[in-house]
Amino acid sequence: MQIYFIELSYLLASILFILGLKGLSHPETAKRGMHLAEFGMLMAIIGTLMHHEIVTYTWILAGLAIGSAVGLAMGFWVPMTAMPQRTALSHAFGAAAAALVGVAEYLKGPAHLDTVTMSALGFEVMLGSLTTTGSLLAFAKLQGMVRGTPMTYKGQNVFNMFLLAVTIAIFIYLVINPGSMTLFLVMAGLAFLFGLLLVMPIGSADMPVVMSLLNSYAGLASAATGFVLDNKVLIIAGTLDGFSGFILSILMCRAMNRSITNVLFGAFGSPATAEAGGQQQGSMREVGLEDIATQLAYANKVVFVPGYGLATAQAQHAVRELADVLEKRGVTVKYGIHPVAGRMPGHMNVLLAEANVPYSSLYELEQINPEFSTTDVSVVIGANDVVNPDARDNPSSPIAGMPILEVDRSKSVVVLKRGQGKGFSGLENPLFFKPVTGMLYGDAKDTLTRLVQAVQHA
Amino acid sequence: MTHEGLISALYVFALAAFLGYQVISRVPPLLHTPLMSATNAISGISLVGSIVTAGAGHGTTSTILGFVAVVCASTNVVGGFVITDRMLKMFKRKEIAKKE
Repeated sequence: MQIYFIELSYLLASILFILGLKGLSHPETAKRGMHLAEFGMLMAIIGTLMHHEIVTYTWILAGLAIGSAVGLAMGFWVPMTAMPQRTALSHAFGAAAAALVGVAEYLKGPAHLDTVTMSALGFEVMLGSLTTTGSLLAFAKLQGMVRGTPMTYKGQNVFNMFLLAVTIAIFIYLVINPGSMTLFLVMAGLAFLFGLLLVMPIGSADMPVVMSLLNSYAGLASAATGFVLDNKVLIIAGTLDGFSGFILSILMCRAMNRSITNVLFGAFGSPATAEAGGQQQGSMREVGLEDIATQLAYANKVVFVPGYGLATAQAQHAVRELADVLEKRGVTVKYGIHPVAGRMPGHMNVLLAEANVPYSSLYELEQINPEFSTTDVSVVIGANDVVNPDARDNPSSPIAGMPILEVDRSKSVVVLKRGQGKGFSGLENPLFFKPVTGMLYGDAKDTLTRLVQAVQHA
Repeated sequence: MTHEGLISALYVFALAAFLGYQVISRVPPLLHTPLMSATNAISGISLVGSIVTAGAGHGTTSTILGFVAVVCASTNVVGGFVITDRMLKMFKRKEIAKKE
């Protein structure tokens, strides 16, 4: 009887999880979808607490209490700009939970470990361990505790491949001879090390891809746990998570016109690739704040193109204020969002939504590109590579073929930039040298605030 | 795991993968960050495995490992859902966003 209750709670949870994710296809249905998923989770946990193997509740309740307290604190206090770090940390936690359960299952003794279970268990521990350390390093890089630039050395890829091969060899040996606990721990240790080495050479600009990949690995580690414990809801939830991460990685790679192998082993953004851009001819034209204010005030259509620089300058609210005064004057205002703007998929949308920008004003790359030819002023704020026309025009550019926001097709372009330096990829951007482009240097938040005042007086 | 068990687990895996692909490819880029935090919270269901490990009394080491796993997984479940809700509340239609 009890077993049916538990299994039914898992079935209900699985259905509600899928409905919850289905709700995310539109902002209007998303909230209700999440509530369904939350209810499903609660049911599954209540069901599990009735499991016949449980003999003591002390450690379970203590763990639940601590975890919930930490979760609530993180949930309420993490600012939206820090969402990538938070997500990296939660990938680490999810993967660690899977790895720990795997080790505990192994410790029950090799007697119950047949070939199938041992394969799933090895996979779970290997993937869980490497995702834990990889995500922790990604967290440290995003948080600024470790330099964001790629760390490379000679023979890095060869060494990493060698290490991975050794780890997999031990894994295969263990599947055949599950008895050797030493080797099992060595495998976990090597996987921990491999996770660090995998993320080390990856630069900040590639974080959206790495985040998605780690998301995928954490999910697959959970799914493997489901195979070990023969638990269907774990398989379903882990697979959904794994595939979601996988799909996002592909979308992010496509948005940069790079392959996953290139992101993982290419160490993009290192000094070697930066020099390939060559020197740009001509000079940048600096424009005055008053001129721009007049242009904006009398425009019909203005498109804002925000990049990560907007978030670092905390200028989301200032940009929305500028949009408000322009809209009051009858100007049509839209936002063009590149898929890799920000440090994780969709990050820029969240930052703008937090500043009360309605989601109907946020446009994807494919939607906004045809509109630039009828745009009077495009305002680029702290974005660089995603508007670099070299990606489209110069086949020898390191970013050739990357889809860009074609701001250079609009009648006038204003670039808000901290200084004359290059972006994280270190490439020259010919957009800044085009006759149509005017540069406005300074802190984005400050510049935007002054623009708001200037437009009000125009 | 028995052979029948493995086969049925593989069925579940394959169908979940297929369904996941269908459902998730319909999520617009607008909601990709909430999607990531939601799937993260959902995969915190590994909590059910951790709970049994922490409570089954298979020895001190297992209990401690299970306990740490319960902490990690429940942090993800609670934190993930709270943050997803918080983010989704910010996405407003034009008229509503203007009023505030």
